[in-house]
Amino acid sequence: MKLAFRLGGEKRINRSWQVDFLLFLLLGLFGAFMAIPLIYAINNAFKPLDELFLFPPKIFVRNPTLNNFPDLFHLMAKSWVPFSRYIFNTVFITFAGTVGHVILASAAAYPLAKYNFRGSKTLFSIVVLSLMFSTQVTAIPNYMTMSFLGWIDTYWAIIIPAFAFPLGLYLMKQFIEQIPMALIEAAKIDGANEYRIFWTVVMPLVKPAWFTLIILLFQMLWATDGGSFIYSEELKTMHYAMGQIIQGGIARAGVAAAVALLLMTVPVVMFIITQSQIIQTMASSGIKE
Amino acid sequence: MQQSDALPAKAKGTSHQTAVPPKTGKWKNIMMDLKRDKHLYVLIAPYMLLFFIFTVLPVAISILISLTYFNMLEFPRWAGWANYSRLFLDDDIFLIALKNTLIFAVITGPISYIACFVFAWLINELRPKVRAFMTLIFYAPSISGNIYFIWQIMFSGDAYGIVNGFLMRTGFINEPILWFQNPKYTLMIIIIVQLWLSLGTSFLAFIAGLQTVDKTLFEAGAVDGIRNRWQELWYITLPSMRPQLMFGAVIQITASFAVADVAMNLAGFPSVQYSAHTVVTHLIDYGTIRFEMGYASAIATVLFIMMLGSNLIIQKLLRKVGD
Repeated sequence: MKLAFRLGGEKRINRSWQVDFLLFLLLGLFGAFMAIPLIYAINNAFKPLDELFLFPPKIFVRNPTLNNFPDLFHLMAKSWVPFSRYIFNTVFITFAGTVGHVILASAAAYPLAKYNFRGSKTLFSIVVLSLMFSTQVTAIPNYMTMSFLGWIDTYWAIIIPAFAFPLGLYLMKQFIEQIPMALIEAAKIDGANEYRIFWTVVMPLVKPAWFTLIILLFQMLWATDGGSFIYSEELKTMHYAMGQIIQGGIARAGVAAAVALLLMTVPVVMFIITQSQIIQTMASSGIKE
Repeated sequence: MQQSDALPAKAKGTSHQTAVPPKTGKWKNIMMDLKRDKHLYVLIAPYMLLFFIFTVLPVAISILISLTYFNMLEFPRWAGWANYSRLFLDDDIFLIALKNTLIFAVITGPISYIACFVFAWLINELRPKVRAFMTLIFYAPSISGNIYFIWQIMFSGDAYGIVNGFLMRTGFINEPILWFQNPKYTLMIIIIVQLWLSLGTSFLAFIAGLQTVDKTLFEAGAVDGIRNRWQELWYITLPSMRPQLMFGAVIQITASFAVADVAMNLAGFPSVQYSAHTVVTHLIDYGTIRFEMGYASAIATVLFIMMLGSNLIIQKLLRKVGD
């Protein structure tokens, strides 16, 4: 016992500083690889036109300007649909889809995590299996379902399927499993029914997992361009608008970088704020045997 | 004893404390269970209904349609295996797509998986503030939406592209390379961008997993004769993280077969000599442009089998880590 304590008390076993140095050099190099495109994108948003087309090209901006942002709104003001409409569409789809998903997935995750009832194991295995293929596999039947429901060219075609995103349910269920059964039993003795327990006992305890589901859904919906479901111009999203601006070519390079920066900032800031909660949720993400 | 059905296997609870009345046949038992747990079914119903409509049934429907001719206008006609034989025997472009997809999957799958782990492992050794910062740097590309279009500008075909500019200034090339018009380079660039985007959910799961490894195991390991960090990694860290490793594998494998958006946005659609054509872009071609739904469903089914199959095999292998 004493020996184990002493060994463990030292700064873990044999770590030569040479290996440490090499490993962290590696981390630094790859960190630069990850960061440079982002830094370049941020800098481009503040470059005046003449700096975007310099030879040799530079990553960093020399005379930063904010003109690209007003230009964005001027450019889009002349287009068929004002840019604010694209913003509204993206924000609405993202907000509605995320809220609906967090509520429905948590409601389904609580019984699956805490009770054995007929079908519970099978249903959860199907959810795990569904993590093993991507949404492109189901795209064609879903297109037919949407046209059958008359949801083509509406927000619902994007929002409603997002409610049943499998990864969210999976992570929420793994997280709820850690809540002690005693808390739920105690609430039951106090006379609460399952719905009350879910809403007043379980939900407040799984706030870290909310943030995880929120960031996953937010990032997915925020980046949607409407796919094959939406073709009316006034229902298209910001990512679609960005694609159009990028295709506009040289004259719009600065504006394109400005939209890209706007689009990128929101999810990144959300992640910065919620990082510790998300890591806490991910600790329980493992597939158990 | 009567409660055997209702009682949980592990530490789980029952929904109600009411005793189950004496046995009166299997069917009646099922009805009793359903009635007792009705609140639970109500809670899972909305999610499960949508999940079945938009994820489970479509897989079955897709497999069925793949055995028919279907153009969305006329009623589907039975075609048997015709779509599949056309796919593998008559469609040269599909074979190119399949080859590209396998190249993407075999390269980006394992590399991104190992990268997720190695970077998570290194970041975990840092002090908390630095750790949070580095996590952000590595994770940011994957949540930044379509920001990967910046690679198109970096690899732009004129001398204003960062890559061409750098190579020209340093004298490696004399005139700019048209990166996305040359099939020699497209595949490579898309692999790089795909790797850049790949440190996502699994990377976070690994960071979280590393933080939860029981520290006393390292002390015990040192007593048992573990001499260096590599042994520590193999005998202690990896086995304790097995659940997260399996979860991460699922996410990375699925993503590595689904390459399409990046390829279409960077290399164009269709790309020069189909150099960036994948199974998914082939599916998009037949499903949303040519409206050959039977054929497109056959492509989707092949994709489904590839993804599920490789996932299940890898899950089997990962159960052996550290044994």
